[in-house]
Amino acid sequence: MNWRRIGESAMESLIRLCGVSAVLFVFGILIFVFREGQDFMFNRLDFGEFFTQIAWRPTAEPPTYGALALISGTVGVTLVAMALAIPFGLGTAVFLSEFCSWRWKEALKITIELLAAIPSVVWGFIGITLMNELVIYITHVPVGVNVLNAGIILALMSVPIIVSIGEDALKAVPDGYREAAEALGATRWEVVYKVLFPAAKNGLLAAVLLGVGRAVGETMAVLMATGHSIRLIFDGQAPFFHPLYPGRTLTATIAAELGETSKGSDHYQVLFVIGLLLFVITFVINFSADLIVRGIRKE
Amino acid sequence: MHMERGVEVTDLSIWYGQKLVLKNVSLFANRGEILGVIGPSNSGKSSLLKCINRTLEFIPRARVEGSVRVEGLDVSAYSAHSLRRKVGMVFPLPVGLPLSIYENVAFAPRMAGIHRKVVLDELVERCLRQSALWDEVKDRLGMLGSKLSGGQQQRLTIARALSHEPEVLCLDEFSIAVDPVTTMRIEDVLTDLKKSITIILVTNLVQQARRLADRVAFINDGKLVEFDLTDTIYGEHPREKLTFDYVRGHFG
Amino acid sequence: MFKETPWVRRKFAVERLVASLFALMAAAMIVPLLLVVAHLFWQAWPSLSWEFISAFPRNNLKEGGIYPAIYGTFLMVAISLAITAPIGILAAVYLNEYARDSWFTRIVNLAVVNLAGVPSIVHALFGVGAFVWITGRPCILAASMTLGIMTLPVIIASTKQSLAAVPMAFREACWNVGASRWQTIRTIVLPNSISGILTGVILQVSRAAGETAPILFTGAVFFRRELPQSPLDQSMSLSMHLFSIATQGGQVPLSIQYGTAVVLLGLVMAFNLGSIVLRIYFRTRKKW
Repeated sequence: MNWRRIGESAMESLIRLCGVSAVLFVFGILIFVFREGQDFMFNRLDFGEFFTQIAWRPTAEPPTYGALALISGTVGVTLVAMALAIPFGLGTAVFLSEFCSWRWKEALKITIELLAAIPSVVWGFIGITLMNELVIYITHVPVGVNVLNAGIILALMSVPIIVSIGEDALKAVPDGYREAAEALGATRWEVVYKVLFPAAKNGLLAAVLLGVGRAVGETMAVLMATGHSIRLIFDGQAPFFHPLYPGRTLTATIAAELGETSKGSDHYQVLFVIGLLLFVITFVINFSADLIVRGIRKE
Repeated sequence: MHMERGVEVTDLSIWYGQKLVLKNVSLFANRGEILGVIGPSNSGKSSLLKCINRTLEFIPRARVEGSVRVEGLDVSAYSAHSLRRKVGMVFPLPVGLPLSIYENVAFAPRMAGIHRKVVLDELVERCLRQSALWDEVKDRLGMLGSKLSGGQQQRLTIARALSHEPEVLCLDEFSIAVDPVTTMRIEDVLTDLKKSITIILVTNLVQQARRLADRVAFINDGKLVEFDLTDTIYGEHPREKLTFDYVRGHFG
Repeated sequence: MFKETPWVRRKFAVERLVASLFALMAAAMIVPLLLVVAHLFWQAWPSLSWEFISAFPRNNLKEGGIYPAIYGTFLMVAISLAITAPIGILAAVYLNEYARDSWFTRIVNLAVVNLAGVPSIVHALFGVGAFVWITGRPCILAASMTLGIMTLPVIIASTKQSLAAVPMAFREACWNVGASRWQTIRTIVLPNSISGILTGVILQVSRAAGETAPILFTGAVFFRRELPQSPLDQSMSLSMHLFSIATQGGQVPLSIQYGTAVVLLGLVMAFNLGSIVLRIYFRTRKKW
């Protein structure tokens, strides 16, 4: 009896420990990434150069660490991706929740769920094979792995999350609203446009934010589809935000270069600084999405 | 004649947040008797029961003043688990746990560390007999308890409440989900049970309390209006006019 | 009766137009994707054989199979699951059964959301900074731990959802007969949320099997002549293998590249489909 009491309280302590583990891990990520990069960040990194220069030549002599091209690469790829993913994702969400029969809805949702599971390295592979040829065929550029290619791939990758969160947001609008509007003679489209969009706008915004978060953080697909990984020439001078040129993003740069650095070198450390920057960006995005979703639940 | 106090409530007040739901209630229930608690719904009767087995603690923002004693000891002197084993509780909506009928009844003894099959078998049969369910389910004890009908689930809940051999049995409007015939059968069971334990019966069926209870407490709007022997409450001259009106169905 | 004025007619024409537009959008998202998957399978078909998944690579990866990569993926995923499943399930139990509605619980929830949102390459940096630092060199164990932490939110979310679906009345009924909180969880709550837990576990496996970035620097290697002997060895993995042969500049025949992609995709899809089937199966036999 007594042993059981002891076992039970041990179990409860374990549960509490696991409960806070997520917090510990997030702090762990912050601390360990910071630890590896802090020496360089505080002592030798010129933040002015980092954020305003486009010359990323960590192996040149002397090295320069201008991350602006990488940042704008991330922004560019994300913009292309969102330009496609937001209208199509939200459109699909509206279709699923408002215009679709129950049977189709189940089938489509399962399909979307399966598509969300395609690994990013497979997406990257699609980018350098199939999408490469498509982009060459359509735009007549000599090499088809570029910002546009990566943007399209990223759009396809972020659509599932936008659809599922967006559909949740639409589902959360009480049926009474729809019925009241339809009783007044509104058509389905008018209901969507005049009732659902205003009522669900926070949830839809959260869906878009999470899609942006996914796009900013994506690594392998972007590494492969931007042309980064096959070592196309990138001189830091070319129009670094042109959609038909190869680009480099923050995530891909880490993935491509970390393996070639020696532990503790400036180059190694600056990659951890970039990691820290990514951590902060995605934290802000997820935090705002969380606040918005929570705001909805409160109402 | 000296009667043993099963439950004794002294100056009990309960707040939910700022709202006072029970105000300075004092009453008692003797072993070997049934205490009926009557009154309109939302008058604080169920909250009173939740104080007796301390499940009120699960409600956030609830606050209690005054004392509740079970078998002579203040409820805070027991550990929550041993108190709840001493006090059987049956709530208005029956809950068949998603376990077999047998396991539903054997649940509490198992949790208390009884594992011998002979003991459990005997106990399950006795409790199911006491709650007038045995004959209906004896051939299908392996069936899911949550798939029984409402009335059967209610009797299963009673069997479960009896399975840990409580000293005090509290029933909160048990007949809501039960048909009249079953209600009568359960009432017989209660009269039988009261010989050995203390029973508190919360009900808004005025006549049910009259049939079963030895003493009756009438609670209205969080206040104890009157607490006396059943014959006095239902007689021609209760102390309060309000009681007289209520038991004759003039309001509520 | 209502008269069908031109205005009403126009309104319904717009309605039909909009409905088909949305249907088109949904189709525009889904049909090409299905075509892409079909294309992958079509291209991979010539290389798929029993030998492909059971033999070692030969002749500089230009011939032979991808067995060591498959083996390595299974090993990494199994270890990551063994680490992350207990933590994830208990964390969900904490969040749903113990945590009160307080600022602290909000922080825990926010941390879970964030863990899911941190880019995979940042998880990789964490793996390098923490686990590789602990084990001394990149190895399967470090890679598995990195994968495990990255996929923790998958198990937490799925388990939490199914715990929340167990009615509160069951818990109260247990407490009322004197069962403790943990007894209630062990005997009633967990057995009745087994569907969500299993779904979460399978989803975790499928996520972990497909990830590349977290294992890039923590334990996966491009090529290794023999199978790993212990968790402290490095290993090949399917995702890493696909990445390397696809970015080598055409040295490895395309059919092998496609074959590797399809094996990886098939593995991940099979697990995902499994979780979906399981979910539907459990939905049909609810216990209350």
